[in-house]
Amino acid sequence: MSDRGDHQVSEQIAAVKLTAITKRFGSVVAVDNVDLEIADGEFFALLGPSGCGKTTTLRMVAGLEFPTEGSLKIFGDEAGTLPPNKRPVNTVFQDYALFPHMTVEANVAFGLKMQRVAKQEIAGRVQEAISLVRLEGLEQRRSQQLSGGQRQRVALARALVNRPKVLLLDEPLGALDLKLRQEMQGELKALQREVGITFVFVTHDQEEALTMADRIGVMNEGELLQVGTPAEIYEHPVNRFVANFIGQTNLLDASVVSNDTVCLANGVHIPGKSDLPVGTRVAVCLRPERAGMHPPEEVPADQQSVVGRLESVTYLGNALVYTVVLGWARLEVRRENQPGGYRPHVGEEVAVSWTLDAISVVRA
Amino acid sequence: MSSTVQPRGTTKIALTAHSWLVYLFFFAPIFVLIVFSFSDDRNVGRWGGFTLEWYQDFVEHSQLQNAVWVSVRVALLSTVISVVLGTLAALALERFKFRGRKVFDALLYLPIIIPDVTMAVMMLLFFAEFFDILESVFGWDAQKGLGSITISHIAFNISFVSVVVRARLAGMSEVLEEAALDLYATRWKTFRYVTFPQIVPGVAGGALLALTLSLDDVVITQFAAGPGATTLPVFVFGLIRRGVTPLINATSVLMLAASVILVALSLAFQQFSGRGGRPSLRAARQAVSAPSTTNTQIKEGINQ
Amino acid sequence: MTMVADRPEWLEEAAVATPEFEKAAERAASRRGFLLSLPAYAYLVLFFAVPLGIVMIYSFATRNRFGGTDLSGWNLDAYRKLGEPIVRDILFRSLWLAILTTLICLVVAYPFAYFIATRTPLVRNLMLVFVMIPFWTNFLVRNYAWRVLLGNDGLFTNISEALGLGERELLFTTSAVVIGLVYGFLPFMVLPLYASIERIDLSLVEASRDLYASGFQTFRRVLLPLSMPGVIAGSILVFVPSLGAYVTPEILGGAKTTLLGSYIVTQFLTARNWPVGASLSFVLMAVMLVATLVYFRTGGRNL
Repeated sequence: MSDRGDHQVSEQIAAVKLTAITKRFGSVVAVDNVDLEIADGEFFALLGPSGCGKTTTLRMVAGLEFPTEGSLKIFGDEAGTLPPNKRPVNTVFQDYALFPHMTVEANVAFGLKMQRVAKQEIAGRVQEAISLVRLEGLEQRRSQQLSGGQRQRVALARALVNRPKVLLLDEPLGALDLKLRQEMQGELKALQREVGITFVFVTHDQEEALTMADRIGVMNEGELLQVGTPAEIYEHPVNRFVANFIGQTNLLDASVVSNDTVCLANGVHIPGKSDLPVGTRVAVCLRPERAGMHPPEEVPADQQSVVGRLESVTYLGNALVYTVVLGWARLEVRRENQPGGYRPHVGEEVAVSWTLDAISVVRA
Repeated sequence: MSSTVQPRGTTKIALTAHSWLVYLFFFAPIFVLIVFSFSDDRNVGRWGGFTLEWYQDFVEHSQLQNAVWVSVRVALLSTVISVVLGTLAALALERFKFRGRKVFDALLYLPIIIPDVTMAVMMLLFFAEFFDILESVFGWDAQKGLGSITISHIAFNISFVSVVVRARLAGMSEVLEEAALDLYATRWKTFRYVTFPQIVPGVAGGALLALTLSLDDVVITQFAAGPGATTLPVFVFGLIRRGVTPLINATSVLMLAASVILVALSLAFQQFSGRGGRPSLRAARQAVSAPSTTNTQIKEGINQ
Repeated sequence: MTMVADRPEWLEEAAVATPEFEKAAERAASRRGFLLSLPAYAYLVLFFAVPLGIVMIYSFATRNRFGGTDLSGWNLDAYRKLGEPIVRDILFRSLWLAILTTLICLVVAYPFAYFIATRTPLVRNLMLVFVMIPFWTNFLVRNYAWRVLLGNDGLFTNISEALGLGERELLFTTSAVVIGLVYGFLPFMVLPLYASIERIDLSLVEASRDLYASGFQTFRRVLLPLSMPGVIAGSILVFVPSLGAYVTPEILGGAKTTLLGSYIVTQFLTARNWPVGASLSFVLMAVMLVATLVYFRTGGRNL
């Protein structure tokens, strides 16, 4: 357990540290020069559309793929060229990859058996892991006799029983139906807190990432675009892709006029902070729930606004979504369904408004 | 199943009758053969009361007994070797990329699709040349026999085993092997504890197919056999050309029984491997739908 | 197909990954694959590819006066001989019998396969098992069974005599050979046909009937086109072995019905004209290869 001592000495050592990692498959660049640090004890999500390189990144950490270039450290030790069976990480695979010819118990014990752990210890730790994921009584079942949720728990127990330094999860909830998925989100989070191990999971579901992760890394086309807490990513996306991928958003084309002014595509100058050079093409990101709506002549003085025609109203029950058409853009405004208030009719002129802190200026 | 899909009326009656006739066509000759193998009459088509005489003849016929043992030895030996080589080949082709893979893949398919007569000719000419070389280089005067038969049977059985095992491997997710590696297994242990247990049914299926094909073959064996040794089918084939006798009836019935036992075994194996579900049904379905069957079809068909 | 990257044994300690390492790892995996394939590869080269090459060489050789073969001075004489009337007759007869056998199998197997495919799963599987049994049983024995049935004191003849049809000698005729071939290869037609019919969404048949198609129209316009892959696969599976048949004509056929397979064997065992036998074997293999390519093209592999 010397490594454990190591990491007490310095709390700063990252659980996983990627430096300039690149993976090419022939001429295809799957992961492009990625730098990433994941702290010890973190619940980290790699988020992106399919084919963005997130799974390849995870597989490189697991050792199932070797990086073409770059350094990959696990708790300070270079591990980029180690085979998977020599890395202190374990994986929960997408479809769980439970060994169909083994019982739940044998599946969970597999890793310990391969490490030649003493028999008694195996028995104890397997029991412990099985009760951790609340599967007591199912030890002798085979994976085909388990439900999707139970299989996932077995996969978790099979990985956690080895006490990995980092647990990797590849779309851990992808195979479950919606209700079970929501249930498992909370459970995974609680489990992570209980065991205190660094969890790195890959998902294409932004809601899942926002709900569970401490920090999120957003990837697209092999590049890591932004790393931050869910709030940072949601509120201050670095570019159009991130803004669009995380949650619903309105993006208004604009260009930078000064460090606190941008010019919208309709020629109107509005306040908008950015540190981008003058003339840069940007987008003003306005989340539907942060937009206000007023009759054109009643916009509060401290708010900016644009005027358009109400095209449609979508009734969601707890909220209403108004689609407003401007000559040069289309905006969505989401209002909580509360009694009273302003309820314009389709075809009316309305002003969509916002306060300065409701918007962010992102690279186009 | 509903309404119009089910044939009705006269169509249904016609189809049902037709199916019974097909089964009659399939089984009547076999049934007649079995019955007359117990007939106490030198004329094979006439019933002369029950006897086991012909079976006793079979047991006492030393040439037949020799042929049986040659067959069994060739079948077992060629099966064991082709199962090992075929399984390795299947693993290489399903799990690795390597130079020469495509050529190997094509070479592995050829013995399945080549006509029996062509392969028989190949073996005849090959052993003629090969033995010439052996004699002139090593001064070893080799003769065709058990060895040459076994070599030729392995040459076609490797392909069938590898096809069956490959089908099984293709159906097995590679992620299972990755999971084992992730759980600290070495490559060998991954094979030993994960891959192998998963492909056992395929290996067993391949072995049974190899046994069947080896025990069935006439044409190739005829050209690879020498004065030293001959297999049961080739010996019986020789007898049949000279005429029909009750002894051949009895021998045929025993060969039939061996085939049926092998089918039963293979069905049982597939039943064993098909976890869950109703076993016998699964087995039957697999037997028909598995890719291996298609190739059995090709081989069995082309074999004759 | 992603492969678990392989790590060369010689790199023991962990290091920063480099393109060279990645290449080395790929090479190691490739070597491992090659080594696994090597035993079977070597075996098939020695005992299959080389023999095939020898047959090819022989097909270009010349028969000498003593019945031996001269390998020097390659020529096409053996292939030219294929155009001679005797050989041509045999080729056409074999072709004709193979086509006839295929057609009979198709006509018999189609309704049978359709009937199986429309049964309940339980009955269907039972019926299939009873197709599988003859399919797996010894081919020689199955041919022999017909020899017993058709023999001059066989059951068939006895029945025919009893019915007053007179002594009908079927054995050693072309009909007997066709019966034997159909008997031998019918399962090869039934199984792919069944597989392709079973795959058809049979509600299409209902839809067709609903749209006023008659039973025959439904068969011709809906069922048959959709089951075409099975028809093609089954036909090839029957046609190809029928063309090269040797055992069946030897057991059930007569001297007047020499077929390709027997002719080739004769060239080697009695006539001792090895070049002609070799060239005919090659032609037979070429037909087989073409048919197999067609088979794979039509997706027969998945049946």
